[in-house]
Amino acid sequence: MSADGIAGRQETAAPAIELKGISKAFGPVQANKDISIRVMPGTIHGIIGENGAGKSTLMSILYGFYKADKGEIFISGRKTDIPDSQAAISAGIGMVFQHFKLVENFTVLENIILGAEDGGLLRPSLAKARRSLVELAEEYGLNVNPDALIEEIGVGMQQRVEILKALYRRADILILDEPTGVLTPAEADQLFRILGRLREEGKTIILITHKLREIMEATDTVSVMRRGEMTATVKTSETSPAELAELMVGRKVLLRVDKKPATPGDVVLDIKGLRVVDDQKVERLKGIDLQVRAGEILGIAGVAGNGQSELLEVLGGYADGTGEVMLNGHPLALSGTGADGRSRRTQGIGHVPEDRQREGLIMDFAAWENTAFGYHRSDAYKSGLLLNNAAIRSDTEGKMARFDVRPPDPSLAAKSFSGGNQQKIVLAREIERNPDLLLVGQPTRGVDIGAIEFIHQQIVALRDQGKAILLVSVELEEILALADRVAVMFDGHIMGERLSSETDEKELGLLMAGVGS
Amino acid sequence: MDVVPKWAEVILVPLISLILAALLSALVILAIGEDPIAAVNLMITGALGSTYGWGYTLYYATNFLFTGLAVSVAFHAGLFNIGGEGQAMLGGLGVALACLLIPWPHWTIALLAATVMAGLFGAAWAAIPAFLQAKRGSHIVITTIMFNFIAAAVLNYVLVNLMRPAGSMDPATARFPEAVHLPTLHDILGLVGIEFSRAAPANVTFLIAILACVLVWLLMWRTWLGYEIRSYGKSEPAARYAGISPVAITMIAMLISGALAGMMAINNVMGEAERLVLNAVEGAGFIGIAVALMGRSHPFGVFLAAILFGFLYQGGAELALWTSIPRELIVVIQALVILFTGALDNMVRMPLERIFLMLRRRRDA
Amino acid sequence: MDFLTLIQLLDSTVRLATPLLLACLAGLFSERAGIFDIGLEGKMLAAAFFSAAIAALTGSVWLGLLAGIAASMSLSLLHGLASITFRGNQLISGVAINFLAAGLTVLIAQDWFQQGGRTPSLMGGGRFEPITLPFAEALAQVPLLGPIYSELISGHSILVYIAFATVPLTWWVLYRTRFGLRLRAVGENPAAVDTAGVSVVALRYAAVLICGVLCGIAGAYLSTALQAGFVKDMSAGRGFIALAALIFAKWRPWYALYATLLFGLFGALETRPDVIEAVIGIRVQGQLLGALPYIMTVIILAGFVGKAIPPRAGGTPYVKER
Repeated sequence: MSADGIAGRQETAAPAIELKGISKAFGPVQANKDISIRVMPGTIHGIIGENGAGKSTLMSILYGFYKADKGEIFISGRKTDIPDSQAAISAGIGMVFQHFKLVENFTVLENIILGAEDGGLLRPSLAKARRSLVELAEEYGLNVNPDALIEEIGVGMQQRVEILKALYRRADILILDEPTGVLTPAEADQLFRILGRLREEGKTIILITHKLREIMEATDTVSVMRRGEMTATVKTSETSPAELAELMVGRKVLLRVDKKPATPGDVVLDIKGLRVVDDQKVERLKGIDLQVRAGEILGIAGVAGNGQSELLEVLGGYADGTGEVMLNGHPLALSGTGADGRSRRTQGIGHVPEDRQREGLIMDFAAWENTAFGYHRSDAYKSGLLLNNAAIRSDTEGKMARFDVRPPDPSLAAKSFSGGNQQKIVLAREIERNPDLLLVGQPTRGVDIGAIEFIHQQIVALRDQGKAILLVSVELEEILALADRVAVMFDGHIMGERLSSETDEKELGLLMAGVGS
Repeated sequence: MDVVPKWAEVILVPLISLILAALLSALVILAIGEDPIAAVNLMITGALGSTYGWGYTLYYATNFLFTGLAVSVAFHAGLFNIGGEGQAMLGGLGVALACLLIPWPHWTIALLAATVMAGLFGAAWAAIPAFLQAKRGSHIVITTIMFNFIAAAVLNYVLVNLMRPAGSMDPATARFPEAVHLPTLHDILGLVGIEFSRAAPANVTFLIAILACVLVWLLMWRTWLGYEIRSYGKSEPAARYAGISPVAITMIAMLISGALAGMMAINNVMGEAERLVLNAVEGAGFIGIAVALMGRSHPFGVFLAAILFGFLYQGGAELALWTSIPRELIVVIQALVILFTGALDNMVRMPLERIFLMLRRRRDA
Repeated sequence: MDFLTLIQLLDSTVRLATPLLLACLAGLFSERAGIFDIGLEGKMLAAAFFSAAIAALTGSVWLGLLAGIAASMSLSLLHGLASITFRGNQLISGVAINFLAAGLTVLIAQDWFQQGGRTPSLMGGGRFEPITLPFAEALAQVPLLGPIYSELISGHSILVYIAFATVPLTWWVLYRTRFGLRLRAVGENPAAVDTAGVSVVALRYAAVLICGVLCGIAGAYLSTALQAGFVKDMSAGRGFIALAALIFAKWRPWYALYATLLFGLFGALETRPDVIEAVIGIRVQGQLLGALPYIMTVIILAGFVGKAIPPRAGGTPYVKER
C-alpha cells in the first residue's frame, strides 16, 4: 500500500498507526496543531518533546480520551473513528498512562477484568482472567500476584498490571506515557526488556518521553514535538541526542550553566539523623545526614518518591520529623510549635516548592496577593490585624520588573501567567527576602526554555552572594549543571555524595537505583 | 486562563441563574392555575408597597443577612456549613438566657450582652463540628446536619423541661422583660421624623446586620486573617506551605460562621418574638445557603440577596393570604435559586464560556 | 418487660426501620458510585406525596407506588444532571432537591386536594395492607416461636419484605456482578473505568436512578403503608437518619441493615418511654432518644469507633485530566 514507509522491512505493510492532520484546542490553548505521523507494525516509536509540547494530548486522542477537533486516524490502513476509549480498545490500542488508572482497593485480577468482563457475573470472568494471566506471564515475563491489592504493591508492579490490562484486551498497539518517571533505572531497564519482547511478538509500541537517553536506547524511530507541532520524524539510528535536543527546543541548548566554581563558607544547614513518618505510618526519611554550606548549591538527585518531597516539606516546616536540624548553629523545631512555614521564613529559610500551582501560589489570587504569600504577617506587609495592601502592590511591581515577569500586571490572577512567569513570581518572592538558606524543588518543571536559563542564573547569583541552596530535582541534567555537590536519595536514605565535577549520569544513576557505595 | 471576564462572572452568571429560577417559578405558578404576573404584582405591593411591607421584608432580610454571612465566611475557608439552622437555634438560647437571667437596666446594654451571648452560643455549636473536621477529618457537611437535629432536640428538651414557665403548656420561655425590648424601625425612623409602620417587626438589629456586612468585608479583604482564610479555602497544600495552620483556620472560620448564625437570634428572638419559641429559626439557616450562593459569598452580594429573599418571604406570605398559593412557593423558589446558582452553575457558565471564546477568536482574527 | 411487649417493640422496630433501610440502600448505590446524596430526604418526601396522591386518585396503591418511584427518579435525574452532566456541587444539589420536594409537595397537594397540603386518607386498595404469612394463625399458639412468627415476621406490608430482600440482593449485585464491580470502581477511581472503555456517566446515572427507585419505595411506604396518606414534611428527617446509618454501616449492605434496625429501635423506644424505664430504671427523655442516631453518627464520624472512609472519588465530579 504505502511505498514511502520509514523502516525498510515494512515497506510493503500498511502502517500500524497513521495520524493525518490532527488538531486539538483546549479553550484558547492550541495543544496539537496539524499533526501527521505514521508508525510501522513491530517497531518501537518514540515521541519526544518538552513538558507541554502536546505529546500526551496527541496520545490521549489516539486512545479516545479526547476528541480531536480535526484530523483522521488510520489503524492498519483502515480509517478508524475513535470517539471513546472503548473504540480504541476495539481497534487494538492499549495505553499505559503516566498516572496509573487502577482502583487501589481492588485486586490485580479485578483491575485487569474491569471493563473487559465476560458476561454479567464476575466469577467466570475472574477464572478466565486468572488462566490467561498465567499465559501472559509466561509469554512476556510479566509476573504478578493476581490476588494482591493494588495499594499493597509497588509502582513497578502496578505498571506491569497496566501493561497486562492492555494485553488482556488483546492490544496490538501499546502506548506508554512517560513510563519511567516513577521507576529506578534498574526497573526502567527491565521495562525496556519487556518492551523489546513485545516488539518481537509483533506488537507496535509508542513510547512518550522527554528523556533523550530512553529514545536513543529503546526506539526504532522517533518523532519530535514542539509547542503542539510535530517538528521531525527520523530513524533513531540516524540521529544524535544533540540533534534531537535542538529539534525539541528549536535552538541549541545550553546544557552547562555558566558559573564560577563555588567558594563554600560556613555550614548553614546541618542535618543529623532526620526521620519523617507520613500519615500512613510509612517512614519516608530514614535517618538523613546532610550539610549545606554558605555559597554552595547542594543538589538532591533521585527518582521521584524516594523522600525528596518529604525532605523539603520537613525543612519548610510543614511535615513533622525527628532528628536534629541546625540552621546557622540554632536548632530548628521539627514538630509542634515553631515547626511551621512562617517560623521557618522568619528564621531565614526561603522555599521554592516543588509544585508551584499546588503549593507555591494561590492560582485564583492576583499576582500582588501572591507576592505576600507566606510573608503576609511580616511587619512590612501588615499593621495590627490589617494588611498593607498598597505596600504589597508596589512591592510586586518592583519584583515583576526585576524578574522580568510578563505581563507585568500585579492585578492579574496567578493562573493567567505562563508556567515560567509563575515560577518567576515565586522565585522573586523567596529570593528577594534574602534568605540564608533557599530550598528549591523542581525549579524548571513545566517552564519554557527561555525562563529556565533565567531561573538558573538567579539561583547561581544567590549562591554567589554567599547563600546556601538546597536543590531538589528529578532531572539529572539539571542537577549536574546547577549543583556544586550532589547527594543521591534512595528509599529515604542518602546513598552517597559526589562533587558534581567528579561524577556523571551513569554513576549517579546507579546510586539512584540503590546500588553502590 | 479566564475565558469569562470578571464582570460577567460577578454579574451575568448570577443574573442568568436568577432569571432561570424566576422563569421556572413562573411556570410553577401557572401550573397551579394562577397568574404569575398578578402574583408578582401582589408580592411587590405586599412586600414593598407600604412601610408595613418593607418592615417585614427588612425583618426577614436581617435574618438572612446573618445566616448568609455565616455561610459565606465558611465558604471562603472552603467549608460548607449547613449547620446555620442549629447554630441560630442555640443563639436563641443564648439570647433568652441573657434576657431572662439578668435584669438589664436598658435595652442598649441588653442588646450588647445578648449579641455576645448569641454569638458565643452559635460559635459553640459550630465548634464541635469544626474541631472534628480539623482534627479528625470528619466531613463537616454531615456533622453540621447532624448538629441541626441535635440542636432541635436540645432546644426541645430545654424549653419543655427547663425554661418553660410554671403552668404554661407552650414549649416556650417566658416573655422577656419590657426593658430589653428593642426599638423597631418605627421608633428609630420616628426620631428623624419618618413615618414607618408600627406593626412591622423590623428593628435596630437590621443596622447591626449591615454593620456585620461591613465587618465581614473588612475581615475578608483587609486583614491578614481574612487573607489566611481565603488562602486556605483556595488551596490547603498552599496554606500549609505558607505556614497557615489548617486547624486554626478551620476553627476560626467556623467559630465566626457559627457566631454570625447565632447572632440572627437577636433579630427574631429578642427583636420580634421577645421570647424563645421552639421553631424560632424557621429555616432561615438554610436560606443562608441560597443567599450566600447568590451573593457569591461577597458581603455586598449577600446584602442584595438577603433583601431579595426578604422580599420573597414577605411577598410569599401576602400571596398565601390573598390567593390559593401556599407559602411553600417560597421554598420552591429558594430551592430553584440554590439549584441554579449553586449546583447548576456550570449549565450557565459553559455556554457563556463558549460565547466569550467565540468573541475573543473573532476579535483576535 | 414481658415477652409480648418485646415482640411489639421489635415489630414496630421493623416498621420504622423499613423506610430507613430502603433509603440507606438507595444512598449506598449512589455513594458507592461516587455521587454523594444528601437529597434522600427530598426524594422520599416527593415519593410519599405522589404515591399517596395517585393512590387516592386511582384507588390503586400499585399505581401509587409507581408514581412515587417516578417522582423520586425524576429528582434523581435532576441530581444527576447537576452533579454528573454539569459537574456541580453534589452537596448543594442535594440541599436544593430537599427544598424543592418540601415546597412542591405542599404546593401540588394544595392545588390537587385543597386540604392544607395533605392528601385524602387512603382506604382499601389505596393502601398496602399487612400480609399474613402462611400458618401464622395456626402457629400463633406455639410458645416462643409462635408469637415471633405470627406477630414479628408475619403481618407486614409487602414493602417491608421487599426492603429486607433488597439487602442480600444489593450485596449480590455489588460483589458478584459485573455491574457491581464497575459501580464500585467508578466510586473509587472513575479514571480507571473511563480508560477501560466504560462510560463513567452512564454508570453514575444508573447508580443515581437505582437510588431513585429505592427512595421511591421508601417514600411510598411512608404514606401508603406506615400511614394512610400524605402530610406535609412527613419524611421528618428520615432521609438524614438513613444517611447517618449509611456512614454507620461504612457503605456496606449488611451493616446497613443492622444500622437501620438499631435506629429503628430508637424510634420504637421513643414512643415507649415506659419500656426503657422498666428495663434500665431511668426515665430517658424522648427528645434525647430521637437525637441518638445523630449523636452516634457524629461519634462514628469522629473516628472514635473505627474510621468511616467513604468511597475515594465520592463527592468530586469526574473531569478528564489534562
